[in-house]
Amino acid sequence: MLDLARNFRMGNISPLDITEKILEAIRHDPLNAYITVDETGAKNAAKKAGEKIRKENNNPLLGVPVAIKDNICIKQMATTCASNILSSFVPTYDAHVVEKLKKMGAVIVGKTNMDEFAMGSTTNTSNIGTSKNPWDLGKTPGGSSGGSAAAVAAGLCAAALGSDTGGSIRQPASFCGITGLKPTYGSVSRFGLVAFASSLDQIGPMAGSARDVAVLYDAIKGYDPKDSTSVDIGYLPTTLDGLDMQGVRLGVPKAFFGEGLSTNVKKAVKDGIAVFKELGAKIIAIDLPNIKYGVAVYYIVATAEASSNLARYDGVRYGLREKGADDLIDMYMDTRAKGFGIEVKRRIMLGTYALSAGYYDQYYKKASKVRTLVIEDFVKAFDVCDIIIGPTTPTPAFGLYDMADDPLSLYLLDLYTIPANLTGGPALSIPCGFTKEGLPIGMQLMAPAFKEDILLGAGITFQDHTGFHEKRPQWNMM
Amino acid sequence: MKISLTEVEYVARLARIRLNEEEKARFLKELNSILDYMDLLSEVDTTDVSPTTHTQHITNALREDIKRASQSIKDTLANAPAKADGAFIVPGIIE
Repeated sequence: MLDLARNFRMGNISPLDITEKILEAIRHDPLNAYITVDETGAKNAAKKAGEKIRKENNNPLLGVPVAIKDNICIKQMATTCASNILSSFVPTYDAHVVEKLKKMGAVIVGKTNMDEFAMGSTTNTSNIGTSKNPWDLGKTPGGSSGGSAAAVAAGLCAAALGSDTGGSIRQPASFCGITGLKPTYGSVSRFGLVAFASSLDQIGPMAGSARDVAVLYDAIKGYDPKDSTSVDIGYLPTTLDGLDMQGVRLGVPKAFFGEGLSTNVKKAVKDGIAVFKELGAKIIAIDLPNIKYGVAVYYIVATAEASSNLARYDGVRYGLREKGADDLIDMYMDTRAKGFGIEVKRRIMLGTYALSAGYYDQYYKKASKVRTLVIEDFVKAFDVCDIIIGPTTPTPAFGLYDMADDPLSLYLLDLYTIPANLTGGPALSIPCGFTKEGLPIGMQLMAPAFKEDILLGAGITFQDHTGFHEKRPQWNMM
Repeated sequence: MKISLTEVEYVARLARIRLNEEEKARFLKELNSILDYMDLLSEVDTTDVSPTTHTQHITNALREDIKRASQSIKDTLANAPAKADGAFIVPGIIE
């Protein structure tokens, strides 16, 4: 992205050239990365940007082709959440982050594929079918922001926005060999993001390098009165020089290197930590005793919130309505039966049960209390370290439909990414190696709330000393 | 068994989702397996622990009570599956 901006200014390529090249590549895309492509809008935005290039020297987003996950509203462009219930929905307004990107002159190429309502970690639950991993078309790109990750990795956009409720930016970033940031809860406005689990959801940037991620994060962060969870603090631009690792304390949790972690991921992450150590970082073993409850807490809290948020799809105000019923309740039940896919139904059922009379204390209230204990673990850990480091996922990308019949096993793979959503803190996934078969491996860095600068700084320093992020996948637009 | 078939049917009714027989059988099995896993939490002592609702301590994010324009009726109805005379049309509620 920054390279592209430089090339625009040197006159090597114009925003329209690169946009047309990308649009042409998308026409032959074997990855199923996009749900909607806005050719006309993208070309118009690229033309406009081209005229301004000489005048706006310090705008790194101007003319840059970006993709937006299909749960983020763009005015007059279908926003489907990869669901039949919203397949006809065309927003009448822009999400706050989209408004910001448009103002900066970014070229919005289209909307990327995802798991239905961001519920999943493969894009398998999308109503247009799964996306594929550009490093191996037989493997999943991950999810739920799998379309965004695949598009970035394959060069079908320069950068993308995703959303992360339990790892949906970081896990696909890791599977596709790119860099992805789940920002601090409250630092990026969610106005215009279709809600899944409101105490966990966060929009974030995905790109080819930590520098690009930092630039995109700076473009979208900030206070927005239209989002009542937006935090009003002074946001400073991120330094792109990298962080001096001398004396920086890296906390390595035992729990992140236990049972279930594949040997190739373990080795790549240990090697990645060694890079930081050589640069002067201090490695500290830390304990997060309640982390083993993370998945259980998450799947109660997230599904409970989802069951409430998705009550709005009732066939009245927008989206699908199933005809035939003459009773209102029957109309709701028919519409939701037809409009939602199996994973969304499963989660609504689980969440409704966890909130229902007689079970509320046992499940939802209990999970919310254990969540407090997980948060306290992290508060204590950050007393003795600056960054917590470990793998992003227990395994590299798996086969396209390997996990299709076993929801619980798939949920359990989220164990490393879930904690940052439960605590609200920021977390970054950066590429740190490859398997023998050539699949990318990701490493996760976590910091206390609003310390994105430390994470991105460490990511930039790591990438200045390694080349994992520069390797391109087997399938890319070039 | 944590949840019975009758409870699956009851929860589906609460969630306003009509399930077919195949889905009921599937969810009976899957929800039981997931809820069994959630039992893990019962071993945690949460006496005197307060529940987390949000991670940032923001309270009452209210704007000034000043009159301002909101979305137009036209835009509000733009995506309605059925509409007439500036209103949403729904199946009858009152006999």
